[in-house]
Amino acid sequence: MAFTTIMMIWLAGAVGLTLAAKALAPKAPTVEMQEWLRDVGYVAFFGYIFMITIVLLSVDYYLGYWFAEDMPAWLQAISFFGPQKLPFYGWLINGIIMFGIAGWIFRVVGRTVGTEWSKKMFRQMPVTASFGILIIILYAIMSIFADFIAPYGQADVFDKINLLPGGDPALGGDPAHLLGTDQIGRDLLSRLIYGGQNTVGIAFATTCLAFFIGTSLGFLAATLGGWFDQLLSRIVDMLMAIPQLIFALLLMTIATAWAGSERSLLTIYMVVIIAVLDSTRVFRLSRAVGMNIVVMDFFEAAKLRGENLAYLIFKEILPNAYAPLLAEFGLRFCFVFLTIASLSFLGVGIQPPLADWGTMVKDLSQFINFAAFSPLTAALPLLAAGAIALLTVAVNFVVDWMLHRSSGLKE
Amino acid sequence: MIIAKRLLLGIVTMFMVSVLIFCAVNLLPGDFAQAILGQGATPEAVEAIRKDLGLDKPFIQRYLGWFVNAIQGDFGTSFAQANFSSYGGSTATENFGSVAHQLAPRFKNTIFLASVTAAVAVPISLFIGVLAALYRNSIFDRVANISTLSSISSPEFFLAYILILVLAVLNPILPSLSNIYDGMEFGERLQKTMLPALTLTLVVAAHMMRMTRAAIINLLASPFIEMARLKGLSPFRVILFHAFPNALAPIINVVALNLAFLITGVVVVEVVFVYPGIGQLFVDSVKIRDIPVVQACCLVFAAAYILLNLTADIMAIISNPRLRHPK
Repeated sequence: MAFTTIMMIWLAGAVGLTLAAKALAPKAPTVEMQEWLRDVGYVAFFGYIFMITIVLLSVDYYLGYWFAEDMPAWLQAISFFGPQKLPFYGWLINGIIMFGIAGWIFRVVGRTVGTEWSKKMFRQMPVTASFGILIIILYAIMSIFADFIAPYGQADVFDKINLLPGGDPALGGDPAHLLGTDQIGRDLLSRLIYGGQNTVGIAFATTCLAFFIGTSLGFLAATLGGWFDQLLSRIVDMLMAIPQLIFALLLMTIATAWAGSERSLLTIYMVVIIAVLDSTRVFRLSRAVGMNIVVMDFFEAAKLRGENLAYLIFKEILPNAYAPLLAEFGLRFCFVFLTIASLSFLGVGIQPPLADWGTMVKDLSQFINFAAFSPLTAALPLLAAGAIALLTVAVNFVVDWMLHRSSGLKE
Repeated sequence: MIIAKRLLLGIVTMFMVSVLIFCAVNLLPGDFAQAILGQGATPEAVEAIRKDLGLDKPFIQRYLGWFVNAIQGDFGTSFAQANFSSYGGSTATENFGSVAHQLAPRFKNTIFLASVTAAVAVPISLFIGVLAALYRNSIFDRVANISTLSSISSPEFFLAYILILVLAVLNPILPSLSNIYDGMEFGERLQKTMLPALTLTLVVAAHMMRMTRAAIINLLASPFIEMARLKGLSPFRVILFHAFPNALAPIINVVALNLAFLITGVVVVEVVFVYPGIGQLFVDSVKIRDIPVVQACCLVFAAAYILLNLTADIMAIISNPRLRHPK
């Protein structure tokens, strides 16, 4: 009932605003404004009202987090939600604001510092893309220098188990272990940092391998054509007919049997399996790109000059296929990263004692039920899962921008 | 004609996939019989089981036997069940250990989950997709773009735990565990399925919305829409009578393709919510290496995937005269 009333009020507001806009249109100062007021529809106003309501409500909720302890009386009088005990929403908004500002500052810095080329690039960039680049750089630093950043080793076991995060001894924490320890006493902050190194590093290696296999076979198929192309394309069609995660799980079952008690071998098997499965997509793309290049005149000329296969592929095709392949590399990396994280989450991916985010999410997931009592503890699994999400979102933002730029989609 | 060709291609693909799955499983080191018996494998017992399961026959014959049975819905005997019933000396019912027996109820559950997801996701994403296309480059379009991109890039379990946190722990509206069973009332079943379905919706709707937006933008750029606009028709009429009938084909395609996306999502989401579907059975069997079940689940998933892709292709062919009569 309340819902219907709200909808009716919204609708009435939208209609009223539209009529008012039409009436006011001739009096607007500029021609653009006149046209906008004349043409704007009910739906747009309905959307504006909807959006403003949502924004106001979330600001209200956010203020409730900010003044959780002592809310001024005047604010309490106009506040819809009132003071909030749980900090999750506040953390989220804080994070978004902080990352937004960081991305913006990064863009400003990029516009003023650096070479002419990089300055120009940063000038054309939307905030989302600069945020993405910033995050990727941060993750790269964190992964490469994990040994120096992490306070302890990833497999170090301490005698204090199940310490709560926060580092406050009164609440069951320990300042030496900022994020607490897990059920066998490993420092969670260190494992989070090393998890980044392992997950990102393995995903990166897998993507590189997939690209090596995919592009070389794809370009070969495009150049040679004939039965070689037919054979490879049919094999790829067949491999792509099974959903990737399902096939990966099936092959991992077999890999587990092969690896036997040597669990470390399993990680290598996983890299190979996912790389091969993923190279099918790379093959499709590089073959399609290669096909377009092979019919060009300059390629024909090179072929008639009698250049050998390696020259044709490396000097003629590869330089012309850079842009789409680079964007595809970003997308593939995301996909591989998510597949590895999912496999680890399901318990058949990266094996202990190596730390990784997927397994961490699974191991810590039951803490989410303590959200009402200890928000920090409940945030632990979300922290690991969010770390995965943040990187893929960042890469996707950059890829989105790159595709937009290279395709010239201006609309 | 071209549809028949596509159908035939689908059947051939299915056949090849079954060969692939069977070959992959036969790469396993050791022997099924030894796997069943484990430590207590005496040569005589191994030999007996090998005969029983037909493992002593040549590869091709075994494949054909498995394939013919699989088509008829008989996927063999589960190892995990076989340990207890047929080879443990107990007198369990004949049907107890069969994979098909395990699979059937879970298959129904998964289909239920997928239908609930589709029922929620399709209308929402089509609506938002069309709006984003109509008001493209507006602030609404940007917000929709950023949020769908973030939703696509997040792993399914991240979205799942966020939803659990918000809708099950902080505001106990929906149960975080989907322990559904046979003979449950529809309303209760729906309530318990809601959280996994919502998680899948977030993943699939984002994909669907982006594809719908692209399809509609493509369409709105075509000359006949511009003509309709220049004739002075109202925007509403242009959308409903000129754009929509032509948009139907790409939209059906989008829906079918995205239901195929669902398949991968189902596995992770079912594990998170302990939903008794095929995905969970699959992951459990992978962990205990119950090969016949893994094989069967893989085949079911692949069949669903191929079928949905086939539907998408055929719909595209039916709705587009240019594809129906190729040059």
